[in-house]
Amino acid sequence: MSATAAAPVKTLPEHHYLNATYGIRSWLLTVDHKRIALLYLVSVTFFFFIGGFFAMLIRLHLLTPSGYLLSADTYNRMFTMHGVAMIFFFLIPSIPAVLGNFFIPLMIGAKDLAFPKINLLSWYVYVVGAAFTLYSMVSGGLDTGWTFYTPLSTIYSNSAVAPAVVGVFITGFSSILTGLNFLVTIHTMRAPGMTWFRLPMFVWAHYATSIVMILGTPVIAITLALAGMERLFGLGFFNPAMGGDPILFQHLFWFYSHPAVYIMILPAMGVISELIPTFARKQLFGYHFVAAASLAIAVIGFLVWTHHMFLTGQSTYAALAFSFLTFLVAIPSAVKTFNWVATLYGGSISFDTPMLYAFGFLGLFLIGGLTGLFLGCLGTDIHIHDTYFVVAHFHYIMVGGAIMGYLGGLHFWWPKMTGRMYPEWLARIAALILFVGFNLTFFPQFLLGYLGMPRRYHVYPPEFQVYNVMSTAGASILAIGYLLPMIYLTWAAFFGKVAGDNPWPATGLEWKTQSPPLTENFEVTPIVTWEPYDFHNRPDLGLDAVASNGVAPAHGDD
Amino acid sequence: MSEQEHSEHIVPPSTYLAIILTLLVLTGTTVGAAFVNLGRFNIVVALAIATVKATLVVLFFMHAKYSPKRTKLIILAGIFWLALLLGMTLSDYITRVDYRGVRFPISQVTQQLPAQRG
Repeated sequence: MSATAAAPVKTLPEHHYLNATYGIRSWLLTVDHKRIALLYLVSVTFFFFIGGFFAMLIRLHLLTPSGYLLSADTYNRMFTMHGVAMIFFFLIPSIPAVLGNFFIPLMIGAKDLAFPKINLLSWYVYVVGAAFTLYSMVSGGLDTGWTFYTPLSTIYSNSAVAPAVVGVFITGFSSILTGLNFLVTIHTMRAPGMTWFRLPMFVWAHYATSIVMILGTPVIAITLALAGMERLFGLGFFNPAMGGDPILFQHLFWFYSHPAVYIMILPAMGVISELIPTFARKQLFGYHFVAAASLAIAVIGFLVWTHHMFLTGQSTYAALAFSFLTFLVAIPSAVKTFNWVATLYGGSISFDTPMLYAFGFLGLFLIGGLTGLFLGCLGTDIHIHDTYFVVAHFHYIMVGGAIMGYLGGLHFWWPKMTGRMYPEWLARIAALILFVGFNLTFFPQFLLGYLGMPRRYHVYPPEFQVYNVMSTAGASILAIGYLLPMIYLTWAAFFGKVAGDNPWPATGLEWKTQSPPLTENFEVTPIVTWEPYDFHNRPDLGLDAVASNGVAPAHGDD
Repeated sequence: MSEQEHSEHIVPPSTYLAIILTLLVLTGTTVGAAFVNLGRFNIVVALAIATVKATLVVLFFMHAKYSPKRTKLIILAGIFWLALLLGMTLSDYITRVDYRGVRFPISQVTQQLPAQRG
């Protein structure tokens, strides 16, 4: 903010949500959406590191073709628990429950979510579900793969399947409650003047996500309940010997779990749609189309699930239809990507850390999305089904897409959440390390898969070793890339430079209140009179220079 | 959103009584039908009765009949998504080559394919 250096030394506001009350009770019984978001932040970070620990063991084990580190059984448990921890307890709640929880009310000018107590309940439900799953992890682990496929999970596995299934079942309700809360909030609590088409894209993305959460999650809950009953009481829903069908489990499982991918990526797309206009100083190109694309992805995403099952013996005709529908999802995804790039065109781009993550997202999501088409194509899928190609593809979407979005969002809003700036240069270096480490980890896996290395095997032929060594080396770099933000963001929350209300500056309503915000968010309910991402008609942003000569003042922390 | 939209609709006890009696009669019908072998219609009859019962519960006990339009829309969306789940899953089952009513393990289904083409 050198251009506005005349401003006095910034100090934190006297009253804010972090110092409104003190003590452990004030946190565990809070109904403030911002504090609940921080509770979620701590919980999902905990699971991220548990999942990351398992990932490191997997990668270390695969360093050598015959795998000295773990036994075959233990290896099965490691990749299963990596998947369960990362998907159900980190990726699905990460952006919605942390950033969405914190910022949706702020962005629409509301004091809180529509149901603050249900919001707190959702965190407790998450914790109870997490406790069951943690119990499963320490009482023998889980070896079914995160997909819990029958009959392995219901009949043959001797690992702790039941507590894990119960844990995932329970956690699903936390997701439903969050989605419900968001939908009602967005419908009923928008500030005066905050029309539907003035909503930030982050809110639109969460609206679409909430629909998926509410309509999809009950299906996984009932599916896991059926599998649990089959395992515990010997009922035969999925057991052919008793008239059941294991492929039915896969249908029901993927009816939720494919849309669950969109629960992970849509909110990340929402974050990116905030970052790109802010750091390109330009209105989002094709606002209506980007919003509609979110809804289209949510809806079409429900119609593609059997592309996970092309080689399971399902009907060829059904596979044809689902392959076509899978290709349809590429359209709204491409609409978004092209609109982001068009937003960049002619923009006044700065390379602050959140924008670096946005660029990372663009490239990695592009690769992840396009390789998805290889897998959605019936012919090529025969060759690469269940190989490392799939592993690489979905890590490009989930890690390269969702986690890049999450970290970009955390950096972008950290000054609002804590009132303090993170160290900009260190953060840029960390983003770069992360990007390099990520690609080194997962790009060789595309090659491995194409060459035919199956996923979930604990040994492999020696000719694949060079790619596996690259991948393990990349994972080590990636680990540093994750540890650095965790350390400096925590440090910055206490000792960082005071950020001020709107350090970037950005146009959203959340930047109109103090940092960190009041418990009630706004002193008076704001009245919205401007269009979204409009930098030109916002004298309050201190960007008059943009309007007059098109040259933006330097911004960020440097 | 008017105030009336939120006001509770008063339902006379006689309605509830009629519904619970209907549900009990239908439960009896389900049990009775279980003793009659209707062939492939066994499951159809059981599911039809269950659907009627569920509809009655949603309409009267859950007050969907007296709810604002938005609530009805949400319920319909749920039913629509359930129809997607069932319908599109069936698109697999009814187009498999063993659709003639005989249950094949998948391995036999794939062996059947060349014979069918020939």
